[in-house]
Amino acid sequence: MSASPPASNRQRIIELKGVSRAYGAIRVVHNLNLVVDAGEFVAIVGESGSGKTTTLKTINRLLEPDSGEVLIDGVPTHAHPAHLLRRRIGYVFQRIGLFPHLSVAENIGITPKLLGWSSAHIAARVAELLELVNLPQGFAGRRPAELSGGQRQRVGVARALAARPWIMLMDEPFGALDAVTRDALGAEYRRLHERMHLTTLMVTHDVLEAVLLADRVVVMRSGSIVADGAPSELMNDHPEEAVRALMDMPRRQALRVAALLEEATRG
Amino acid sequence: MDERVAAAWQQLPLYLGEHVALSAAAMGLGLTLSLLFAIAAVRNRYVRWPVLTLASLIQTIPGLALLALFYPLLLALSALSEQWFGRSFSALGFLPSLLALTLYSMLPVIRNGVTGILTLDPAIAEAARGVGMTDWQRLLRVELPLAAPMLMAGVRTAAVWVIGAATLSTPVGQTSLGNYIFAGLQVQNWVSVLFGCVAAAGLALIVDQLLALIESGVVRRRPVRISAGAFVLLAGIAVAAMPRSDADASYVVGAKSFTEQYILSALIAERIAAEGGEATRRTGLGSAIAFTALAAGEIDIYVDYSGTLWANVMRRKDIPPRAQLLAELRDWLVRERGVRLAGALGFENAYAFAMRRDRAAALGIASIDDLAARARSLTLGADFEFLARPEWPALRDAYGLVFAGRREFESTFMYDAVATGEVDVITAFSSDGRIAANDLVVLADPRGAFLPYDAIVLISADRVDDPLLRRAIEPLIDAIPVETMRQANYLVDGRGNPLPPVAAARWLSEHLAARIGP
Repeated sequence: MSASPPASNRQRIIELKGVSRAYGAIRVVHNLNLVVDAGEFVAIVGESGSGKTTTLKTINRLLEPDSGEVLIDGVPTHAHPAHLLRRRIGYVFQRIGLFPHLSVAENIGITPKLLGWSSAHIAARVAELLELVNLPQGFAGRRPAELSGGQRQRVGVARALAARPWIMLMDEPFGALDAVTRDALGAEYRRLHERMHLTTLMVTHDVLEAVLLADRVVVMRSGSIVADGAPSELMNDHPEEAVRALMDMPRRQALRVAALLEEATRG
Repeated sequence: MDERVAAAWQQLPLYLGEHVALSAAAMGLGLTLSLLFAIAAVRNRYVRWPVLTLASLIQTIPGLALLALFYPLLLALSALSEQWFGRSFSALGFLPSLLALTLYSMLPVIRNGVTGILTLDPAIAEAARGVGMTDWQRLLRVELPLAAPMLMAGVRTAAVWVIGAATLSTPVGQTSLGNYIFAGLQVQNWVSVLFGCVAAAGLALIVDQLLALIESGVVRRRPVRISAGAFVLLAGIAVAAMPRSDADASYVVGAKSFTEQYILSALIAERIAAEGGEATRRTGLGSAIAFTALAAGEIDIYVDYSGTLWANVMRRKDIPPRAQLLAELRDWLVRERGVRLAGALGFENAYAFAMRRDRAAALGIASIDDLAARARSLTLGADFEFLARPEWPALRDAYGLVFAGRREFESTFMYDAVATGEVDVITAFSSDGRIAANDLVVLADPRGAFLPYDAIVLISADRVDDPLLRRAIEPLIDAIPVETMRQANYLVDGRGNPLPPVAAARWLSEHLAARIGP
């Protein structure tokens, strides 16, 4: 049974309609349809080359689809200039891309600045965000080069949230971090997602991360969606061979951990 | 202090000021264009290859040639502008120098700018787009600031190149520190040449260090360094760009780039001053540029040689007798170019074959006929112009001359080459003081194959009826015998203690006055 409310009550935030995209002769995304509702945390998983990142980038128009269209709140994304669209959507990616010549505060405040917020307003928002992503206020004046990998991605998340978007697009956001930091940041972000009523679409190749964080997991293969459902549905002997293969690893790991735990309590 | 150093110091404010103003203008224009080209090349990869290739190609053109090419181009444009808008502009001096140096400055800035931006981490560009920057915001807020250190390194290279190459603008009539070098080279004033080199190198060094200060400010984000460096640079440029009093003298006397021309231009300037006029000299002009500049009214007066104009300007290949050539030339100049041939000075500065006296005697050579019989084992030394003139093939065919080898020299070094025996025969100039100085003999021309080269005074169309100029020139017409001119030239070129050309002009003037009487 799905955890989501009935279809009639849902508000469609992101909608991809028949989106296709090719690079030269190589079809990367093929006639893809996807709906993400308000407040959902959706993870897209799949092997490298399955088209998940391309799909994500068509939403904030970092890539334009060859055919099909993307709607945000029911409005086609090409109705407005791409840069205005992007200022309303948070974007976090694996390589982070902090601006090395700007301070942490300037990095976080960049989108508000582009939107013309007052400097006092921006400063207040930066302080708020540093607290939200668990960074000391003293970091505001530092340069990205002075931060650790985990701290940098905290700044990356803060920068994406700065202009109060209600949609977050995340492309392997924690992929480059060590396991402990990745787990901590993932859990923290999940809390932010709840608290700020965000709609999050996250691409990851880490199935375990997907099933632990997301409400709904979309599995892609060769440019198409092969499965779409709550983690519990996908874990349970899915008819699709590719999905079973994908879920096998976390399953085995979970069973092994469960067995170990049982042993420990008995012992 | 050495007299020559003192004379050089005196010229420094003018030469340095012009040099700085020219270099700064070229850098300013070049930087602006380079940035635009670099941005276009970054944004569009179809533009990138042509832009970078073209910039590299320009760099391979020797600086002097680039400057020389702009002159005829601008002259043609000026003529078109005159035709279409009724307004012409000067194709000499500042404009061709500015354009050539601007082109010269562009490669390092474009290349470093393009490389600086293209080698940035692509994640940064993605983030810039992701946070909602427009293309221009990405360029101005992210890419240019991050590429700035590399860009500044390119600017430093360009500045040093431009300051160095600006010395080459002297032959197209732009005053620069190159005046020390070109004039010094002609009159063998090595102090002057060295002074020019040191001044240009010193200027390049100072500018480079100031730009380095700005660069370090950019890299380490210290605005104080940037403003300090920029302030000193701009202050220097402002001082250089201040108008100088002598900028608007009424008469401009031209001179080509050899001793006799320096002396005669000084003599004419002195005569103009004696009649109460004001004169400036534009010296060191290329041989062809001098006449074009006169025809265009950019210089008012200068001395040329009948055979030069006959062959190079009228493009005639026949060799008429001296008087007939002069008469035909006079008519042609007025008819075709509106230029007045005011008269001949009384001596010829013709091309002539010359050899060391001892060598000619040993080989038994007295005429070009004798030379032709021996030429197969001899090497000819020529100036840059001679072998390209139409009279050379005529002369060669008339005597059946075939040399074992040919070498081309700047004229100062041509005389040295024959004196030291590096070449056997040279294309000397008959009024040249260095013929006597080096104990050379001039070979007879029994077949009359060399053109006559009477020194003639030419006056531009604008000044044709200028009474002051006419009064100034009158005492010089038919007044200078070749021995006198040779002596004056020898004062400057001779061994021992050479005089500056202005002093030789004074000697010549006094000599003439004494001869003619008050």
